[in-house]
Amino acid sequence: MSAEAHSPKRWNEKRKESLSGYLFISPFFILFAIFGLFPMLFSFYLGFQRWNGLGEMEFVGFQNFVFVMEDPIFWKSLWNTIIMGVLGTVPQLIVAIFLAFALNSALVKFQSAFRAAFFLPYVTSTVAVAIIFGVMFSSQDFGLVNVFFNLLGLDSVNWQTNEWGVKIAIAVMVFWRWLGYNTIIYLAGMQGIPNDLYEAATIDGATVWQKIRFITIPMLRPIIIFTIFLSTIGSLQLFTEPLIFLGGNLREEGITVVLYLWREAFSNMAFGTASASAIILFLIIIVFATVNSLLANKVFK
Amino acid sequence: MSNVISKISLYAVLVIGALLSIFPFYWMFVMATNHNSVINSVPPAYLPGPELVTNFQNVLSNIDFFGAIGNSLIVATISTIGVLFLCSLAGFAFAKYHFKGKNLLFGLLLITMMVPPQLGLIPQYYIITQLGWLNDLKAVIVPGLIDAFGIFWMRQYISSNVPDELLDSAKIDGCSRIRVYWNIAVPIILPAFATLAIIKFMYMWNDFLWPLVVLRDESVHTIQIALRGLIDAYVKDNGMILSGTFWATIPLVLIFLLFNRLFISSLTQGAVKS
Repeated sequence: MSAEAHSPKRWNEKRKESLSGYLFISPFFILFAIFGLFPMLFSFYLGFQRWNGLGEMEFVGFQNFVFVMEDPIFWKSLWNTIIMGVLGTVPQLIVAIFLAFALNSALVKFQSAFRAAFFLPYVTSTVAVAIIFGVMFSSQDFGLVNVFFNLLGLDSVNWQTNEWGVKIAIAVMVFWRWLGYNTIIYLAGMQGIPNDLYEAATIDGATVWQKIRFITIPMLRPIIIFTIFLSTIGSLQLFTEPLIFLGGNLREEGITVVLYLWREAFSNMAFGTASASAIILFLIIIVFATVNSLLANKVFK
Repeated sequence: MSNVISKISLYAVLVIGALLSIFPFYWMFVMATNHNSVINSVPPAYLPGPELVTNFQNVLSNIDFFGAIGNSLIVATISTIGVLFLCSLAGFAFAKYHFKGKNLLFGLLLITMMVPPQLGLIPQYYIITQLGWLNDLKAVIVPGLIDAFGIFWMRQYISSNVPDELLDSAKIDGCSRIRVYWNIAVPIILPAFATLAIIKFMYMWNDFLWPLVVLRDESVHTIQIALRGLIDAYVKDNGMILSGTFWATIPLVLIFLLFNRLFISSLTQGAVKS
């Protein structure tokens, strides 16, 4: 065989293999170059131009970035995004761990029925979720949440205009749609934890809370960090829920970073500042995803 | 005794969780079957009403519901089939062939998986206008064919499930490489196809931002964009809006309930493995 390795035939075979390799990946990579890679790189060019999408581009240096950084609405959108992200994901991940723990208990029957029920919201489109919850969180007295509030003797809330009302309503949508998804991911991780550990803890008289704190969470660490990473990235890209909930007139209480850049581009036709804000969003996502993963790494040690 | 209590509290947690997950679907059905005036009164309707048909007729007079469902089916089906083919072909090459720059190209893919899609949004829009694809389903289908995760997923699956010996013996029998891919590899990786197909189809069916940007004309609206049109309708009729949402949501929910094990494992496996 080794003699053959140097023969022309073998060499030819190797060349044919490379050629097939390139041929097999080329349909994908051609499309990827045009619709994936080029747009990403071109954004960095557009960020330095003034352009309305039709006329000539004009180089303006860092002006677009300065404009965005000095725009109070941009900072408002970043603040909103972060608050809604925290409200929508932190309670969600905590509840998901408890739900998964309950579901993983050996006592539970109908496990697959519960799994299907928890997962159902994730199959629903974000638009549908925003519409359904938008009606529940109607600012009118007949909105379901306000009816409930009135029953408790509380006043109706103007969910669509109240500074915190908007954020809570949107956070609830995020919470509802993703809770089951993360529960199932945690459950998959928990099924890998040996039952002996829990049994030993039970014999030692550990409470449920102690089992979660000292067995489940440390064993799930990589998965928890992964879900924090994904939730961070996902919540910084929040767009559909506030757009549907607030309708055409984007109110400042609910504008997010992606809504800001979408509005710059397609309402204001300011493609330069929109690109600049896309680049800033990209950097923010890198920073937050890194910091949150590092923090999670420390906390769950 | 304490065992009974812990069992009861366990079920209480699970049942409350399940009810909270299901309740919005029930509520959607209640509103889809009641007249707007009943919905907009205090207390609102808590039970299904008689307006199932009327509300849906109102949907049909506001948007081209079936046209939009059709557009969504076209977009999601074509891009899913395309992704299965392109990603398995490229994943096969990455898993089984040696060629220069392979690791570099694969690394490039992994990096772009981390980049948020909004970064390329504006240049992508510009390319679509230059190609004259605005208000054309191609504008969603063709960029939808790019799926870095799909290649990653296929490479992993092919590496660990398609044995080299099988490919070698097929080659000795004189099979061309494309035939080796099609006749030997594809039948083995069908389970990976099912997983990727579910992930991709759901993503395309539910996608909102990109279709919103490039499909402006009503005749090319996907169902998600059409639903948004219901909210902006002149008269805000919640019964009508929720009726449209209900009928747009139910097909996917039924398919999910039929194949819930496959769906759940596909949609979470993909996330965990990567």
